[in-house]
Amino acid sequence: MVYGGGVDVGSTQTKAIVLSEDRRIVARALINTGANVSMAAERAFREAVDSAKLVPSNIAYVVGTGYGRYKVNFGSAQITEISCHARGANLLFPNTRTVIDMGGQDAKGIRVGEQGDVKDFVMNDKCAAGTGRFLSNAAETVGLSLDKIGPVSLEAKKPVRLSTVCAVFVESDIMSYLAEGKTVPDILGGVHSAIAARTVALVRRVGIEAEITFTGGVSRNIGMVKALEEKLGYPVNVCDDSHFIGAIGAAVFALERALGGEVPVSAGKAAPLGASAPARPSTGA
Amino acid sequence: MPQATTAKSDYQGRIHNLQKDMIGRYYSRLTAAAENHSEKAVYMLISGNPVELIEAFDLVPVYPEVNALQLAAKKQSLPLILAAEEMGYSTDNCAYVKADIGMYFAGRKTPFATIPEPDLILCNYVGCNVYLQWFEHLREYSNAPIYNLDVPFFRTNGTEPFEEDLRYVVKQLEELIEILERMTGKKLDYQRLQRIVELSGETGALWSEIKLLAQRRPTPFDAYFDSVMMMAPLYCLRGTEDGLWFFQEAYKEMKQRADNHEGPLPEEKFRLVMEGPPPWPYLRQFRDMFSRWGAVAVASTYSTVGGIWEFGFRHDPARPIESIARHMLQWNLTNINFLRRYRQIRDYVTDWGADALVIHSVKSCRLFSAGQGDMREYFAKQLNVPTLLIESDLEDPRYFSEAQLRNRVDAFFEALEHQRMLASR
Repeated sequence: MVYGGGVDVGSTQTKAIVLSEDRRIVARALINTGANVSMAAERAFREAVDSAKLVPSNIAYVVGTGYGRYKVNFGSAQITEISCHARGANLLFPNTRTVIDMGGQDAKGIRVGEQGDVKDFVMNDKCAAGTGRFLSNAAETVGLSLDKIGPVSLEAKKPVRLSTVCAVFVESDIMSYLAEGKTVPDILGGVHSAIAARTVALVRRVGIEAEITFTGGVSRNIGMVKALEEKLGYPVNVCDDSHFIGAIGAAVFALERALGGEVPVSAGKAAPLGASAPARPSTGA
Repeated sequence: MPQATTAKSDYQGRIHNLQKDMIGRYYSRLTAAAENHSEKAVYMLISGNPVELIEAFDLVPVYPEVNALQLAAKKQSLPLILAAEEMGYSTDNCAYVKADIGMYFAGRKTPFATIPEPDLILCNYVGCNVYLQWFEHLREYSNAPIYNLDVPFFRTNGTEPFEEDLRYVVKQLEELIEILERMTGKKLDYQRLQRIVELSGETGALWSEIKLLAQRRPTPFDAYFDSVMMMAPLYCLRGTEDGLWFFQEAYKEMKQRADNHEGPLPEEKFRLVMEGPPPWPYLRQFRDMFSRWGAVAVASTYSTVGGIWEFGFRHDPARPIESIARHMLQWNLTNINFLRRYRQIRDYVTDWGADALVIHSVKSCRLFSAGQGDMREYFAKQLNVPTLLIESDLEDPRYFSEAQLRNRVDAFFEALEHQRMLASR
């Protein structure tokens, strides 16, 4: 049996997947990334391999993805999470034409072709508005754990209108609503609705086409699933493995390469970030 | 099996060294003007300027934009930007302005030259209201006289500007000539001006020929990263024998490379059109993001901010003042509207055989970048040209997030390769 491994090193969590030759998920692992990115990648991978009762040498090929992909030192190649999310969504939901990914610091929309190929993509820029970080700040401010805020938001009767989607200023916004006596469900209803609206506006830039698959850590939040569906006017695909879709896509690429097939991306080993030489002094206008 | 090109672009032709020497000499001239007042200095902007008139009066042109980008490329801009912010310039303000103001108050001393005080501040481009204020601030700080050339936008839909717009600019240039005559105490030598305009015409023709060589496969040079190198002589030395000679040499080198099928990369896998100025503080890192994918620019809009020559414009020695006015009004990127800019890019995509468009948006310049979201939509959705929109800054290193930029660039080329592979099945 040939196995492919995928490790998705996200800003908040690291996910690892082992895929068997018949494209079944045989193991998964999820850990917090923490400060040591290389260590997190290795730990998640080992955890997944152990749970499949395999040893690392059984895994013919490993692809690293996510923002920490260049730190997957044991990996054979690195591919961006944009390509991997498209590919992973294609494996779990083959009719996926749009991927909405919400992670710890990223929100993105990907238009996907029939083969899981990326037709177009768009991402949030240098701002954590509309990402998992926004939600965790909101959760902290209302004194709930992150996994509770989604269900509580569904109890909202009159969701508040937030004046900001800034992950930092949301705290003062929530504090003022609490001071006004608004209920926590109404505040969280407003939080989810504001983020969903921002995300849908972002994804519309690539064009939204059904089926829509929701990926990334935030896809585990039922409140966000419902808020997105309401803004989109359309159901979104989610499943227990939605959080792992980046790692699954990486494992699909790994498996294809292990099986010697054509690999559609330039998965060459790249120089680590910051390794470039300084800018050439000669310049024009 | 497709693989990323690991070789980096290190194309350093004879022309790159020649450029360094010539720009070095230009900056020595500025230093001499600053230290000995050997010549009078006229501050101007890049966008469609009347440098031919300045040359005709033996004045030295000084371009605060070029100084600012040199500071950025030499990694000197941040302390100057911070100094300007301490003075009260907003974080959102154009970073070229802040670096220049910071440098002005640091005694106009840079690692490459001492910049002279202005004898005349000639604001030749008013399409950017921030630039207008930049020069007004410089006037305030230096007490030098200021003259604003009010150049209307090229606002017709046809190929010709309104006659009255052209006359309006010509009239102002005539007024400027009187100012320059008073300033220098000498009359304009019309024949000399004609010769200077002729030199500009010949320089423009060669520059145009060089740009057309990028239609070849492979392109002999990168029409973004190597073009910006050639832009300095185009602006600082246009209308001089030296400037013409540079472009004669550049054309020879590029033509020979094109005939020998030499490109800037070992393999040309993707041909790009680039929109927007480069991130000067991280030029090399930015270039490498594309080079490692075998991606090379065959055309760029930024290389036309000081003038568009590749669609036929030439300075005309028979009508020197009118042709300077035409250049300012009609043939520079920032004086045309976005729809014309779209047409220009569309022509690049088709006539230069490009695979994709890359838009580098500038955080501290909303004026130039504001319509780029729509531009992305137009090219990606209506023309089906794969389009990547990324953002950093032309001057402020704080906006350059390498991991984020590289993620987008890598994903873009991964997708292009995937599409190619699927198409070839």
